[in-house]
Amino acid sequence: MTLDDLVGAIAAAHASHTPLRLRGAGSKDFYGGLLAGEVLDVAGYRGIVAYEPSELYLTAKCGTPLVDIEAALAEQGQMLAFEPPQFAGATLGGCVAAGLSGPRRMQAGAVRDFVLGVKLIDGTGQVLDFGGQVMKNVAGYDVSRLLAGSMGTLGLLAEVTLKVLPKPVAEATLAFAMDEAEAIARLNQWGGQPLPVSASFWFDGRLLLRLSGARAAVDAARRKLGGELAVDGEKLWKNIREQRHAAFAAPVIWRLAVPTTTPPLGIDGVHALDWGGGLRWLSGEHEPARIRAIAQQAGGHAVLYRAPESLRCREGAFAPLAPALLALHRRLKKSFDPRGILNPGRLYAEL
Amino acid sequence: MTPFMSLSEPQFHTDRVALAARLATILPAHCLLVDDEDLRPYECDGLTAYRQLPLAVCLPENEGQVIDVLRTCHQLGVPVVARGAGTGLSGGAMPHAEGVVLSLARFNKILRLDPLARLAVVQPGVRNLAVSEAAAPHGLYYAPDPSSQIACTLGGNVAENSGGVHCLKYGLTVHNILRIRLVSIEGEVFEIGSEAPDAPGYDLLALLIGSEGMLGVVTEVTVKLVPKPELAQVVMASFADVGQAGAAVAAIIAAGIIPAGLEMMDKAATAAVEPFVKAGYDLNAEAILLCESDGTPEEVAEEIARVSEVLNAAGANDIRVSQSEAERLRFWAGRKAAFPAVGRITPDYYCMDGTIPRKRLAEMLAAIGQMEQKYGLRCANVFHAGDGNLHPLIMYDAAKPGDWERAEAFGAEILELSVALGGSITGEHGVGVEKINQMCVQYQTPELEAFRRIKAAFDEAGLLNPGKAVPSLHRCAEYGRMHVHGGELKFPDLERF
Repeated sequence: MTLDDLVGAIAAAHASHTPLRLRGAGSKDFYGGLLAGEVLDVAGYRGIVAYEPSELYLTAKCGTPLVDIEAALAEQGQMLAFEPPQFAGATLGGCVAAGLSGPRRMQAGAVRDFVLGVKLIDGTGQVLDFGGQVMKNVAGYDVSRLLAGSMGTLGLLAEVTLKVLPKPVAEATLAFAMDEAEAIARLNQWGGQPLPVSASFWFDGRLLLRLSGARAAVDAARRKLGGELAVDGEKLWKNIREQRHAAFAAPVIWRLAVPTTTPPLGIDGVHALDWGGGLRWLSGEHEPARIRAIAQQAGGHAVLYRAPESLRCREGAFAPLAPALLALHRRLKKSFDPRGILNPGRLYAEL
Repeated sequence: MTPFMSLSEPQFHTDRVALAARLATILPAHCLLVDDEDLRPYECDGLTAYRQLPLAVCLPENEGQVIDVLRTCHQLGVPVVARGAGTGLSGGAMPHAEGVVLSLARFNKILRLDPLARLAVVQPGVRNLAVSEAAAPHGLYYAPDPSSQIACTLGGNVAENSGGVHCLKYGLTVHNILRIRLVSIEGEVFEIGSEAPDAPGYDLLALLIGSEGMLGVVTEVTVKLVPKPELAQVVMASFADVGQAGAAVAAIIAAGIIPAGLEMMDKAATAAVEPFVKAGYDLNAEAILLCESDGTPEEVAEEIARVSEVLNAAGANDIRVSQSEAERLRFWAGRKAAFPAVGRITPDYYCMDGTIPRKRLAEMLAAIGQMEQKYGLRCANVFHAGDGNLHPLIMYDAAKPGDWERAEAFGAEILELSVALGGSITGEHGVGVEKINQMCVQYQTPELEAFRRIKAAFDEAGLLNPGKAVPSLHRCAEYGRMHVHGGELKFPDLERF
């Protein structure tokens, strides 16, 4: 598959007003709004285009599986620091379009923080190059980062350049028995200290804390923090990253992004804390309006993360936008995809 | 001097008297300047080569007044240029001849500092360093530290996506802002981002940071605060060859080390600096590297040992590690004083801001050496080596006829070479009015059109900072005619006039 094939497919869809559903591996078909339109399968547009470890960047085509990218990086002792879920064959394009980050996000940053450049095919079939391969570039609007999390509604992210980082020399996972309120308090206190905390996850009365960095720093933090050393740390974090952990087992999962200091939300049901308290995972059937109101009241927002499609379509996966903000979204959408053919309804029904 | 203005940019004609009268109905007298002598201090920002008097300066004291000024200007079709401390180096805050300067200088309060949540809510006129000073008692600081941090404001930092010497490890402004409050040209207020880790919808925060006052006016900023490292130490290494120093930078990164700061200065820069600050730089070295490590004492000791090893292997002549905080600050003092030090040995200097892949550094410095001959001007180079951001300081004398024109052409050639080497025309200073022609070199027609459509989604009438940051296609056509790049005529389809 070539870039021209993709350009041709989108240009033809534009000409015929045909809605397209952009699809890599389909590993995140569960995520977001409606799946509508003719499938444009981009999995065949794959491969690493450029990788320069000492320049800290990697460029790959959208259909490249994340496991291939991580394998190439691991050979050089590097990684995608935002730890995106790899799910079943997840691709680079889908990873950036969905904008999901993993356990290291609070320390290292989110997907968008690592996007350096994007080769985009807009809704008319035009190829646009934004950003580049250098760490600092403030020429023109930062469209590359805008595209992270845009769910393919602004264009096909045909090629993406990411900043990559060295893997930490040492890691250790500590476990603490404590309740939710105490976990929130501790995580915020530790967050204000120069400690090498790289991930945290609280579930069912147990707080897991990952330390990453120089060997000496990890050892010193271990001595300072106490807790019990978990022997299977790597596997634990892999399960959390891939959402195979018990906290993600239910058929309906809400994802609430809130300020890290938000006290326990007081909603019944299985729940977990991620990202130093900034992310609350909630399982089970709840009144959507109530969950959204609780998140909003806390200064955040709630995503109906995993749910039957009928429920997501009825309630919308993402928290509704204020009218003026939605109007702005529509104008931006129109500027990239004037006929609204790319992933219609995948982010918001109105886009 | 007024910049090269294109006739093809939108033209505005403002009735000055009527404008002043309308503004006087919405602002108290002490918030409005209309007399030429009062306007004079606003005629330029840090790029003093470009000057222009505005028709009025508004100094609102609350958001309601900002909304009123923007609505009025929108109704009257008057250009608006927002301004913070005016320390920018690309002319982004240079006034428009037919427009209003909207100064946020009076928005100078830190509204809330939450040490537990590690964030501060500040008004846009708060100085960068003031945030770190307020956070210091809690062991926290605001990471981006542009060299102007003592004076520059958060609003300006947001507009320019400012960097500093610690970007490689701690990121740019875009990585350290949680939320902004934005007023559109129509006077509508938007909350963008949140205190939660993300916000629903498109990542408009990423789009707005670095948008150079073209999309809206910021009235509030929520910044992330991070714990102050327990210890920082600097390794200073000298090299007999610039290429070797460049290779040493790549070797440090390749060894899996992300230093807190990694800076290079060439011989011309150290020669200018040393008599001024007595930092102890090796004046025989062709280049010196400063590599800072921060973290816990254990972490720093481990990293310093590894860095020293890599630098030795890369052929460093002399390696010194700061043994005290005073010595660390002295090593840095030279780098931080590089601009004023160069200012002492030349009547004027012109600071460039290209970014290149680190591995092309030696090539770039050799080319700059040739350009010094070609333009008959000297150039000292300081370099945020860790992230490939070069600051050549071109020395000239504005009083000498033709000197500025040669400096400008010299700078343009450096920027265009940055693009050719796979980099960018600006790493942290912004395009402003200064590099607007080079935008035609970095981007092709489709991207420039996309930028203009984005602008229109926020500001359809094009009233916010017109003529900056994103060139019109006709300007690029005109520039292409003046300056055919590499034998290729850009924008061949456009009519030329």
